[in-house]
Amino acid sequence: MSPVERFQTAAGVAAAVAAGERSARSVLDEHLARIDEREGEIHAFNHLLADEARARADEIDARIAAGEDVGPLAGVPVALKDNLCTRGIPTTCSSKILDDWRPPYDATVVTRLRDAGAVVIGKTNLDEFAMGSSTENSAFGPTRNPLDTSRVPGGSSGGSAAAVAAGFAPIALGSDTGGSIRQPAALCGVVGAKPTYGRASRYGLIAFASSLDQIGPFARTVEDAALLMEVVGGHDPLDATSIPEPFPDLRGTLGRGVEGLRIGLVEELLGGEGGFQPEVQTRTREAADALEAAGAKVDVVSVPASTYGLSAYYLIAPAEASSNLARFDGVRFGLRDERATMGETYDATRTAGFGAEVKRRIMLGTYALSSGYYDAYYGKAQRVRTMIIDDFDAAYERFDVLLSPASPCVAFPLGDKTADPLTMYLNDVCTIPSSLAGHPAMSVPFGTGAEGLPVGIQVMAPALGEEQMFRVAAALEAAAPGGAR
Amino acid sequence: MTAPISRDDVAHVARLARLTLTDDELDTFTSQLASILDHAADVEALDLDDVAPTSHPYPLENVVRPDEVRPCLDRDEVLAEAPSAEDGMFRVPPVLGEAP
Repeated sequence: MSPVERFQTAAGVAAAVAAGERSARSVLDEHLARIDEREGEIHAFNHLLADEARARADEIDARIAAGEDVGPLAGVPVALKDNLCTRGIPTTCSSKILDDWRPPYDATVVTRLRDAGAVVIGKTNLDEFAMGSSTENSAFGPTRNPLDTSRVPGGSSGGSAAAVAAGFAPIALGSDTGGSIRQPAALCGVVGAKPTYGRASRYGLIAFASSLDQIGPFARTVEDAALLMEVVGGHDPLDATSIPEPFPDLRGTLGRGVEGLRIGLVEELLGGEGGFQPEVQTRTREAADALEAAGAKVDVVSVPASTYGLSAYYLIAPAEASSNLARFDGVRFGLRDERATMGETYDATRTAGFGAEVKRRIMLGTYALSSGYYDAYYGKAQRVRTMIIDDFDAAYERFDVLLSPASPCVAFPLGDKTADPLTMYLNDVCTIPSSLAGHPAMSVPFGTGAEGLPVGIQVMAPALGEEQMFRVAAALEAAAPGGAR
Repeated sequence: MTAPISRDDVAHVARLARLTLTDDELDTFTSQLASILDHAADVEALDLDDVAPTSHPYPLENVVRPDEVRPCLDRDEVLAEAPSAEDGMFRVPPVLGEAP
């Protein structure tokens, strides 16, 4: 049975808890029991918050007994990527430089989850500072894929994806800079969505690349992903890049079907020149066929500049990271390796605190921004970003949503791609273009590929196009081989 | 085309980024950064003078909040997480007197 069929959904839990049919505590205990059973081999969590979660579940049960409406996620356990600030609870970014740091405030998304009645069950593992595609770059050891523990869960939000796939929580939050929600969702066989840049507040998300970072949901169903997105999305005055628009009713659109929608298969993201697993390519064409059978109009479309996405991304994201990560200097928070002078302390702290991939990206970004290279690298990459947006805009004049694989391959064995950084970066080739454009995109499980492992189909939409994106996602979920629900 | 990144470039960048690299790390990073930048040669080769740069994907301008006094983070709570603090301030090793 697929994970979707085995465990309860967030929507189901919230309805049962709100109606008094189940207690939040019993729901939590059921999830803690599964964690107890499998967390040893999976390592989805950096910090499991069992005691805090029990106290919280009991509080919710008491409020429901008193007749209170506790919100749309009543008693739903939720896992949080460990780069989301939680007041008084360690928030490490899976880095030694923040080991045991306890933020003095909650991220806005965390506040909204609590206001909606959710129960935070733990902080999940990630590639250090969200830099990676396999969760092998964590300073605290890798997370393993619950479907095959010899393989990676993808990354960087691998812990959140694995937690949802293993039934440790019905839903989880991750962050996506170049594909860090969509790729692990694909590799773990769950739904993962990145909203339009600015839809979810970044207040309290520890920054990697500020013009790209977005928070988004993991879930086992499209409906649960929509529910979580509705709870955390919407304008926040604490984030100056937050879009001042009300967040749409996504769940209301899910049953509308795809009749008449125009869907484009992105030619450049289908792996025509090789490097993509053939099963992934086949599932993608089958997904398009299924949508056509459901009444959509499907055609192939070209987004030419998307071929430059990977190159532009690996200049822009490290450049922004090198600037953002300058704050980790041993002065105000986290690790300090104290030496005789401040300058020596900076060097010693950063050298001891950052792992190899983080250092590599800081170096790359510092170089791309340095005198004499700025125009050739960072400046060019920013212009390519404009080209990609223009090409997407042209495609969206003819199509409502676009389709591609979410990942060129299924979950790969641990250690398979760690020798050469560029090999790992190529995992993001399908997800990066919408990230650079700031557009919403999500991965929906659609059948299996090599070794019977899940394949994820990416649904992309123009800015603020979450409604049509979720509509198509729901149709794909319903048509998915062997997994309709 | 810019010249390939050299070991000296990498050492210079490491100083800018306040990272201390071993000789082995310098070698590894030089070859890895060269291979990543080589992949970016396709972007570097484009003639894009007529294309405006995008620094931010969603157009928002002059976002300000109302000029009203609001509570901010609690100073003691913030300093409790600092590596070292004294008299309501972050305490650091000497800044002056070191080589530039």
